[in-house]
Amino acid sequence: MSEVRDDRQYTETHEWILDNGDGTYTMGISDHAQALLGDMVYVELPGEGDEASAEDEFCVVESVKAASGVYAPADLEVVEANEALDDEPELVNSSCYDNGWLVKFKSDGIDDLMDAAAYAETLD
Amino acid sequence: MKHTPLYQAHVDAGGKMVDFGGWEMPLNYGSQIEEHHQVRNDVGMFDVSHMTTVDFKGVEAKKFLQTLIANDVDKLKTQGKALYSCMLNEAGGVVDDLIVYYQDDENYRMVINAGTTEKDIAWINAQAEGFDVTVEPKLDLAMIAVQGPNAREKVFEAMPGVEDVAGDLKPFNSASLGGLFIARTGYTGEDGFEIMLPEKSAEFTWKMLMEVGVKPCGLGARDTLRLEAGMSLYGSEMNDEVSPLEAALTWTIDLTNEDRRFVGRDALEALKDKGANNTIVGLVLEGKGVIRDHQKVVTNIGEGEVTSGTFSPTMNKAIALASVPKGSEGLCEIEMRNKMVSAKIVKPPFVRNGKVLV
Repeated sequence: MSEVRDDRQYTETHEWILDNGDGTYTMGISDHAQALLGDMVYVELPGEGDEASAEDEFCVVESVKAASGVYAPADLEVVEANEALDDEPELVNSSCYDNGWLVKFKSDGIDDLMDAAAYAETLD
Repeated sequence: MKHTPLYQAHVDAGGKMVDFGGWEMPLNYGSQIEEHHQVRNDVGMFDVSHMTTVDFKGVEAKKFLQTLIANDVDKLKTQGKALYSCMLNEAGGVVDDLIVYYQDDENYRMVINAGTTEKDIAWINAQAEGFDVTVEPKLDLAMIAVQGPNAREKVFEAMPGVEDVAGDLKPFNSASLGGLFIARTGYTGEDGFEIMLPEKSAEFTWKMLMEVGVKPCGLGARDTLRLEAGMSLYGSEMNDEVSPLEAALTWTIDLTNEDRRFVGRDALEALKDKGANNTIVGLVLEGKGVIRDHQKVVTNIGEGEVTSGTFSPTMNKAIALASVPKGSEGLCEIEMRNKMVSAKIVKPPFVRNGKVLV
């Protein structure tokens, strides 16, 4: 079974978002998503300061099997991208909730996300 | 969905099962990339029981195969020798690619693709009319491909008696031992065996191979391995509408014997005189990303399309086979997710016997 962490929120497109409490958020893809995609070989990340509107595709994760867009959960500005993924995209597989995070961003607020329990239900 | 005799063994080993042309088969058992390296560096095994074995018997078996396929089985003179070829339709398109194994002039064995089996059998039976030959699909055979630099040694260790009959087999040759048929062939660019055996023995043999350290590998790794080895996949590099002359498979056609009027020969000769427009080349991506099937390719002389794109675990770069205008060379551009990315045109194979060749 795929892991769902209680400390964060989720989107319908299988991204997780963690509120850092200082107006910034950290984002990645869920365990379910990484398992579905399989071995990750390339992550295309935005640059620091890039802006994205809600629902924009602003990152791409590519596995051997497929490329998958990662969507902005709200209007946002990128604060930091996880550069470790340039050399080790497989961190998204081995540590999707910790070292395999994708971006940190700031935003005025995010609505319409699922909590862990609601997200877990969608995976049944 | 259809299951091979090894289905339960795959599920027990944590195989991620997917629909593969109507067969429920393992894509991987955890990590496709690790399985890929396993085969390149050591040894791995694949369940390829979904592929179909067909035996041809009769006084006109040889004559029939000389008509059915584009390569000439007259090249096969010693028992067990194998030949890769295509069978063509009247228009010169590829009905399927296959390997035929020689026993004697009245006995041949052929292995065809899983996804094309029904079509192939109907086609073969239609062509066989009027020939004194019986066409016998052996649907009760399992097939295990053991591949990698240590494959042969591990097979000898796991399967008593095999070394006596297959120890001296040269590449592209086969031998029999009771109900076992052992061929030194494969689809990975590494040494190894493809072993056909009665389905009842499949699970036992699979477990014996695991006992000596042969790791199960899924169809995901099988595809990246064959692509690195520059080997064509039916449905990708060729199909009913593509001629071998357009698929870099000219080497599998034998036009030497003028009297051998095999199916598709007229169309093939017409295209040969006219000159084929396209061919299959290899591509190595210069930048980051992964090349995918059907992406557009722009070369120095025209446009083409990716037929098989993937990420090469051995080269740590994206690679592809692509159908492009004949004469394309140097650098080209691939349209990837709305961006044009530069790639180098190369001659496959990319990797053979563990070594990068491009």
